[in-house]
Amino acid sequence: MEAMEHLHYAFAGQRVPPAFQAILVGVVGSGNLEVLLEPGADPARCTIAVTTSARGFGPIWQAVAQDFQARHRLAGVAISINDMGATPAVVSLRLDQAAAALPDAAKATA
Amino acid sequence: MKLSFSELSARQRVAHLLDADSFTEILDPAQRVVSPHLALLGVPFSFDDGVVIGSGTLGAQPVLIAAQEGGFMGGGVGEVHGAKLVGILRLALATHPAAVLVLAESGGVRLHEANAGLIAVSEVMRAVLDVRAAGIPVLMLIGGANGCFGGMGLIARCADHVVMSDAARLSMSGPEVIESAHGVEEFDSRDRALVWRTTGGKHRFLMGDCDQLVEDDVDAFRTATRALLGVSRPLSLQGLLAEHALLGARLERFGDCQDASEVWQRLGVAHPEQVTDGEAHELRHKRCGNPPEWA
Repeated sequence: MEAMEHLHYAFAGQRVPPAFQAILVGVVGSGNLEVLLEPGADPARCTIAVTTSARGFGPIWQAVAQDFQARHRLAGVAISINDMGATPAVVSLRLDQAAAALPDAAKATA
Repeated sequence: MKLSFSELSARQRVAHLLDADSFTEILDPAQRVVSPHLALLGVPFSFDDGVVIGSGTLGAQPVLIAAQEGGFMGGGVGEVHGAKLVGILRLALATHPAAVLVLAESGGVRLHEANAGLIAVSEVMRAVLDVRAAGIPVLMLIGGANGCFGGMGLIARCADHVVMSDAARLSMSGPEVIESAHGVEEFDSRDRALVWRTTGGKHRFLMGDCDQLVEDDVDAFRTATRALLGVSRPLSLQGLLAEHALLGARLERFGDCQDASEVWQRLGVAHPEQVTDGEAHELRHKRCGNPPEWA
């Protein structure tokens, strides 16, 4: 049985949210994913850890994660994802949904 | 405004059903109490193993609550998922809430965790009966698109009360299982009208398997549930024997029916041909006018 693929990204960011409780959005269903936001250990970075059943899509995950971070520029946030083959659009949607649930000061405004 | 219960996630159902901001989760997703089996099989796990448990209030009365996420493995009961259900039920024995609410949406045992899941289902049944024996009502709320089947169907019928929407289904073997075992001539699982006639909330209500039939609306579930807080059904050997006798009598009375609509006709439901298209509240009226032996 083929194992799951684990991907890790870390980006420098500027927007540190005020203290917040863990946030979970989405569901691990076919073509869907869950996104868990927690306070991160590194106040200067946003980390994204992906566990996915769809192997071999690392470059696309990298692009979607970079795109998300370009929009939100989060720091001090650890994002964990359980994915069951969601498309890039769905991943972006869920990430934005999770970011929108952060306390107000953390919301990205350009 | 109407808010579809069926379209919400388990987490959203809990938030909307209980008093605002009253919910405190136990074993929240950040604690990562996940299935030990799925990763070994190369299958994605979920941080809450597909079930949300915790405490809160409903109409200012304390309740414990569990909600299954039908979107994750069809709400299947695995080892951790089942242990969380058992845990919230056992907590009721210590805290004596006004009720334990189980928002059931499940295909039954999670087949990836076969034996562990089967054991979990029997442990949940035992815990439900322990809670009932302590006089604390266990309420099953069934309103998800996946319905409530297999082991969860059995658990649901162990509870004090079952509240269903007309969009929900409750049964033991699911439509595909029946078709696989007995052939498409016996049961066409792709015939949605047939599936809902046979397992849907309306049929369950008319047969007396569900106590309250509501619209697919969170407020309707909330109202029906509030009315049942603190209302427990005595659990006794005599009661169980009477129910067994009732099921035996049901088989004798309806065993030769070819379709649920024939059952409704034989029950004396007024205008059985209008049941399928009717609203839930119209059906409530239909059962009230019928003899009490199957109510």
